[in-house]
This record gives sequence, C-alpha cells and structure tokens, in this order.
Amino acid sequence: MPYAIEVTDVKKTFSGKQEVRALDGVSFNVEEGTVFGLLGPNGSGKTTAVRILTTILNADSGSALVLGHDVAKQADLVRSLIGLAGQYAAVDENLTGRENLTMVGRLNHLPKSYVAGRAKELLEQFDLADSGNRTLKTYSGGMRRRLDLAAALVARPTVLFLDEPTTGLDPQSRNDMWEVIESLVGEGTTVLLTTQYLEEADRLANTLSVLDHGRVIAEGTPAQLKSDLGATVLEVGLHDNDDVARTASVLNAIGPHAPNISGRVVEVTVDNGPVDAMEALRSLDQAGITPTTFTLREPSLDDAFLALTGHRTEDGDGEDGSAAKGSGGAGDRAGQPESATVPVGGNR
Amino acid sequence: MTTTISIPTVTGAPLATGVGARVRWAISDTLTVTKRNLIAITRIPEALFFSTVQPIMFVLLFRYVFGGAIHPGHGINYVNYLMPGIFVQTVAFGAIQTSIGLAEDLQKGLIERFRALPMARSAVLAGRTTADLCRNVMVVIVMTGVGFLVGYRPTTGVLPYLAGTGLILLFAYALSWGFALIGLSAPNSETAQVMSFPLLFPLTFASSAFVPLADMPSWLRGFATYQPVSVVVTACRSLMLGGPTSHWVVQAVAWTVGLLIVLPPFAVWRYRTRT
Repeated sequence: MPYAIEVTDVKKTFSGKQEVRALDGVSFNVEEGTVFGLLGPNGSGKTTAVRILTTILNADSGSALVLGHDVAKQADLVRSLIGLAGQYAAVDENLTGRENLTMVGRLNHLPKSYVAGRAKELLEQFDLADSGNRTLKTYSGGMRRRLDLAAALVARPTVLFLDEPTTGLDPQSRNDMWEVIESLVGEGTTVLLTTQYLEEADRLANTLSVLDHGRVIAEGTPAQLKSDLGATVLEVGLHDNDDVARTASVLNAIGPHAPNISGRVVEVTVDNGPVDAMEALRSLDQAGITPTTFTLREPSLDDAFLALTGHRTEDGDGEDGSAAKGSGGAGDRAGQPESATVPVGGNR
Repeated sequence: MTTTISIPTVTGAPLATGVGARVRWAISDTLTVTKRNLIAITRIPEALFFSTVQPIMFVLLFRYVFGGAIHPGHGINYVNYLMPGIFVQTVAFGAIQTSIGLAEDLQKGLIERFRALPMARSAVLAGRTTADLCRNVMVVIVMTGVGFLVGYRPTTGVLPYLAGTGLILLFAYALSWGFALIGLSAPNSETAQVMSFPLLFPLTFASSAFVPLADMPSWLRGFATYQPVSVVVTACRSLMLGGPTSHWVVQAVAWTVGLLIVLPPFAVWRYRTRT
C-alpha cells in the first residue's frame, strides 16, 4: 500500500533564549486511508511535526512527503491536498459559522456556488445547521472545535491533520468528535492526529508512534503498545511509610513487571488484573500489611512513558505550541537514559 | 502566458499553473480576506465609533484649548491650518489597528490556518491593509464633517480637495504596511499597540500637523520639515487651502510611493518567515 505521509529523519531546533530541540530525527510512515496517532506529552514535538507536515514550518533537515510531494519544495501543491484542524480552534470569532466555512472555501479557490453548498452540507453534518448564521462568539468550546474541523474539510482534503482534536473538551464533546473522526476515515481520508490521551489513540488510531523529547520511542498498533504495557495497573496506597518497601517486594513477586514507588503509593503493571489482584491481596494479608487504597486501573500515558522510557511525563512542561515557539521549557533532561526506538510488543 | 486550472471532482483544492491564474487568485484571496476584515469591523460598531472619538477630541483640544495660542501666519486661521494635520494624524494613529489586527490573528492561530491554505502569501496582509483603507475612508469622511462643524472652510476647489484626501488615504495605506510589519513582529496584540506608539508620537507631533515649524528649535526643525507626516500634511494644506503645491505634493507622493515599494515586500517576507 502506498504511503500518504512519509517522514524521514526530520530534525528541528528552535533557537531563542533557550535552544529547544523540538524534533531530533523523527521518522514514520502513514499508509493511505488509515489513522495514524502521534502520542506524547506536552513539549514532545507533536505540534512541531504537524506544523512541518502542513507547510507552516520548515524542517532543519530530513524529508517530509505528503502524497509523495515534498512539503518544503511543493508547498502549494501539498496545501491544496491537506486539511488542518488544531487545538487552538483557529476560526474567526467575529464571523458566523457559515462565513468561516465560505472564507476557507474561497481561499481554496473553489467556485462560489460549490462553496455555498459545501458549507451547508458541513454545517448539517456537524450539527451546526441551527447556529450557522450566528457569530462564533456565541459558540461553545465543542461547537468551535467542530466548526474548526468542518473548515478543514471544506476542500475535501485527502490527508487531514488533527492537532490534539479533543484537548480541553468535555467527555460528551470528546465522544462526538471521535465519532466524526471515525466517519471521516470511513470515507477514505487519511488522518494524522496528535494526542496526549492513550485512550484516544487506542480508539482512533490504526498505528501510532510515541514521541518523547522529539524522538520516536515506540511505534506499532495500539494493541501492541498496550500488551507491552500490561493490561492493567495495580495501585496500592499505604498509611505507613515502613510498609512501602515490604509492599514493593510483595508486588514484585507477582511479576513479570517491577513495581514503582511514589510516596506512599506502590504500583505495578500486571498482565492478568483480577487474578493478580487476588494474589496481591492474599500476600499483603499474610505479610500483615493493610493498604488504605487498592485500585486496578487502565494504564495511562504516564504508565506508558514509565514503561517505555523509565521516566514519567514531565508535568508543567508548558503547551506543545509554546514550547515550539521557544518560550516553554522542553525541560532539562540531562542524565535521562537515551532511548532507542523499539517496536512495541517485541522483546518480551 | 498559459493558464491551466484543474477543478477537482472529488478531493482537494484546484491547482494553478501559470502566472495568470496565480495573479487572479492573489487578487481573489485578497478580496476574500478584505471582506472578512470588513465584516469584523461591522460586527463591532463600537470599535469604529470610538476610533473617531479620539480624533474628535484632538480637534476640540487644538481648536478650542491650544488653538488660541498658535498663530500659523500667512493669513491662515488656525482651524483651517489644523484640519489637514488632524486628517493625517488620524490615519497615522489608525494604522495601529493594522498591527493590532495582525497580532491578534497570529495569537488566535488564524495565521496558522491561512499558512496551511493554498492561498497567496501576500493576501493576508493585503486584505488587512485594504480593509483598513476602507475604514480610513469612513473615518476621513466623518472627520471632514466634524471639521466643517468647528469652522473648517477649505479655500480651493473640489478637485484639489479630493486630490488632498486621496493623498492622505494613499499615505495611510503605505503606513498600514509598516504597521503590519510591527504586528507580525509583536508577541501579542497588547505589545503590538505599545510598540507602535514610540514610532507614531515623534512622527505626528514633531511635525507641522499642529504647530508651525518656525516655532520649533532648529535641531528639531530639520527632522520635522522633511519627515513624511509633515511633508504629507504640508502637501495637503496646499491642496486644500492653496499655496505652492507642486514642490510638496511631489515630495509627498515620493514618500508614499517609496514606502509602498519598500514596506510590502518586507512585510510579506516577515509573514513567510515568522514561525
């Protein structure tokens, strides 16, 4: 199958007060008609990758092709084939929904009559028909995000880029957005989406790459990633500091993953949730340890990072976008282990 | 010159090959962005209203507070001397709106969307400056009315008067491109505004807009005589009130055309390279 997107060893460094290496040799391929997820925390380089692929930004080195066209050398051709919707909901709030869609259609050089029909169609499809003639100031966050996506679709792009399409949305709006994205893929559109949520990548993406500090640290299908992480995480909270080490050794005996300690919480990834949990309870009881909390949960992105890199995602790292503009700190990562790309699901 | 346009039946935007299609699309893109900015102006009528309040205050201030102490000489009464200066000052201050508007578009991510569209790179800036030109037409008409109310009586004919007004508007358009450059360089709209003032104050006040140059100290007079705002004000005065026109009008046109040659390419370059 031909690739819709081919990224080879792309590097990008932002100079400024503090030099930020946003992309440090990133490579990935996206097959036509599939959804590809770029998963990573704030500041990992996701937005920078999208901005390069959508011709907004030039890479320092490496090559990026969209439908076989070089994004730097054939920028106008690429622009005519892609759509971009982002976390910043780039729509004009002084215009109505319909005026926004019309503007984008006209800037794509589509005929007026076609644009009018397409705008109507999209407003209906995105459940905005009733509010199409109201200015965006009256829209809710979810409505803006839907209109932003509709604007990206006016010219029926072959490849669609969605930069954190659901960040900041409430659960209901997020679900609506997921359904819209799924229906697009049914129509054959290739989608590249960035997300901070493992759940979102799991639900939408056929394949994904995990980015950390501008490097791809894992790639594969969501199922492979999850099986690599273990099905569930067992979390034991303790009252007494003295119990922490003993609890860790009890949980370590369950295997095959090593437990992690943070404060008075010990957590371990387990492959067989309920059975392992019962075993853990029995062993804790025998050891005379009474936990204050005992939880089984789905692995989070944080767990994925811990499993893949040995470090947690860095909170308070600033928005991806601001880091890309050089004002947010991508963090000092001296002493962190250099992580090579490993296929998820391998090496077990 | 060959033009080939392929309209897509299924996906994607049409592609232009050839200079003709590119030029036509650059114009249509500019008009689309102009329309968008004009709609925004009509959606916030308060902004348009208050953008005329400040110049009206200046008219009242100089006409009735300072005016009595300023004697332009040559038998010209002060209100006639003042109004061409007010027109130029008003459009110069109005150019701040260009920088604020672009800084806002950048801040809100709209420029990101525009940059990912197959539109002409110049259209975002040309559309903004053209919309601001339309706004200036409105503002100049209002200010002319205000001028007549406080006793302004131009003494030349209709044609020279319109020529003077046209010169003011063209100069305003050129200034807009300069302030577009500021807007594209500012981190946000508030900063774009404060970045604009240090440029505007010397240009409008160290000029012949409000007081005769003869009353200024000699070290300032050189700058104040030949800087573009003074030149345009003096040219307009001669067109609206009579006096030797050609010398100043030629200089004013030279300034305006010069700015229009230098500033737009520079601003478009900034738009392309701003990350």
